[in-house]
Amino acid sequence: MPDIFAADPPGMGLQIEQLVFSRGAQPIVSIDAFAMARGTHALVTGPSGCGKTTLLGLIAGLLPIQQGRIKLAGDDLATVAARGPQAMDRFRARMIGLVSQQPMLFGMLGALDNLLIARQLAGFEPDRAACLNLLSQLGLDGLAARRPRELSRGQQQRVALARALVNRPALILADEPTANLDDEHATQVVRLLQDRALALDATLLIATHDARVRDHFDRVLALPAQPRP
Amino acid sequence: MSLWRFAWASLRARPLMTALTLLLVALGMATVVMVNLVTRQFDERLARDAAGIDLVVGAKGSPLQLVLAGVYHLDVPPGNIPLSALARLRANPMLAQVIPMSLGDSFRGFRLVGTELEFIVLQGARIARGTVFESSMQVVLGARVAEETGLDVGARFVGNHGLGMDGPSHGDSTYTVTGVLAATGSVIDRLVLTSLDSVWQAHEHGKPAPQEPAAHDAHSGHEAHDEADDREITLLLLRYSTPLAAASLPRVINASERLQAASPAFESARLVSLLGVGADGLRAFGLMILAVAGLSVFVALFQTLAERRRDMALLRLLGASPARLFALLLLEGMLITVIGVALGLALGHGVIEWAGRVLIPRGEWPVTGLAFDRVEAASIAGALLLGALASLLPAWLASRTSLADVLASE
Repeated sequence: MPDIFAADPPGMGLQIEQLVFSRGAQPIVSIDAFAMARGTHALVTGPSGCGKTTLLGLIAGLLPIQQGRIKLAGDDLATVAARGPQAMDRFRARMIGLVSQQPMLFGMLGALDNLLIARQLAGFEPDRAACLNLLSQLGLDGLAARRPRELSRGQQQRVALARALVNRPALILADEPTANLDDEHATQVVRLLQDRALALDATLLIATHDARVRDHFDRVLALPAQPRP
Repeated sequence: MSLWRFAWASLRARPLMTALTLLLVALGMATVVMVNLVTRQFDERLARDAAGIDLVVGAKGSPLQLVLAGVYHLDVPPGNIPLSALARLRANPMLAQVIPMSLGDSFRGFRLVGTELEFIVLQGARIARGTVFESSMQVVLGARVAEETGLDVGARFVGNHGLGMDGPSHGDSTYTVTGVLAATGSVIDRLVLTSLDSVWQAHEHGKPAPQEPAAHDAHSGHEAHDEADDREITLLLLRYSTPLAAASLPRVINASERLQAASPAFESARLVSLLGVGADGLRAFGLMILAVAGLSVFVALFQTLAERRRDMALLRLLGASPARLFALLLLEGMLITVIGVALGLALGHGVIEWAGRVLIPRGEWPVTGLAFDRVEAASIAGALLLGALASLLPAWLASRTSLADVLASE
């Protein structure tokens, strides 16, 4: 097996090597090697409980790496984590855009403020005009002041997507972004993710067991079902 | 979207809880402020009115009543004393100043005080318009009297017998205003000052006015004449020439058959200690409300922690450090506290100012809400500290939101 960490090929996005994550003696995620060039898209699939969400959590630095290595845009996550939790938080905020099954917006803030807080927490200037432009690109013109409860489910999902993109991340991680959406909206969300990832030259990794999504991707990382303890 | 705005938006998202907490903080602060304003101004007023007066000499009776009547002009005097006491005390080398005072009449509820010009000097007052009284039936008005009655230099009026508003009028004794005093903020503002002769003339109409007793005594040294004079005054205000007088003079005066001596400092301290029980109770009540308010800040933050677990997790996900979550909750607690304290200050000062203008139009004990002092500054600091302490535990718990909660919250 080639050592993907020996030298970073130009334009590398995500690199995973001999990653193992266990709870107790039970392995949850086990990946020998997986690499994505910057700007490419891939799907993580597998049955429920196969570790898709856990894998995204590991890549996002939300879970500790127990064994193996993950490298994002040339930075080894273990090295970043070793600099302390604040360094990891800042790295994640700047480098990774997260989209989840639930929109997970701040209910008391309007759409625009949901984007601005993400800019601020990542240590960027608010750039109100850029945020409004992004909302506009995602078809949310005139909805900047609306709170989540004043938006439809599809609009909420687009605001969440805008927030994931607002810091121009190198990697976009989406966890079941099409769950509970009808075919039309599911297609819209996937295309939006792909279009925006292309526009940002960001690496896109979507974890899903939604068969409708599979047709949109050439590259798939299929995780095997984990044996029940 | 700064942390401030985020904290403010979080508070606004829970309007009822935020409003109730604000109300409690504001009520507690307002109570403390009001009690402090009233008690401090009461103490200051007592001290200001009694400034320069070491002893009050009057008829036998309650010493507190004598001081209230003679210094603060709030009570009726216990009785009269012979005019001869004035000359005798003025001859005493232990006294620097003896000012006579005759009370008993009033004008539209303001007391007519027969006295000497020295009293104006003692009170630190000065003539704003006109001149001082120079002969019988001339008066000088305190600033408040002139303001309330609308009288000015040259005006004439008839006084009433007694210290209330409804006493019979001295129809044949007309006073003429010769001057108006500038406002001092002390008791002299609500007095109508005239000479002793005027009071005697009003009460003993047709009887010739006596020679000025002090001058007479100084020139002749004749006490016999004074003792034969049956004229009376109400009381004497004394200022010591030596501290030794405090030890012996009251005892000597109290030993006489008709006179009693009362110390304004002692009697007002007794009065304050009597009223102080109530003030302390109110102050304790205010502090208790503040403590409850602090508790409500804690409850408001603590209770929302469970509801906002997802928001806290999301903040962590977006890059907020534990320290930032700590700061956010602390900021929310401090925002409620600061706004509540500001509302409480406005309410407390506003109510006292309103009371001073509307509830006490006569200015019997004028109070103002436009006053600040160190005790209030300490109260504000204490309330802010309380708010910070109440926010600490919720802030610490928020800061411990783990990234595992992010996954769990999805």
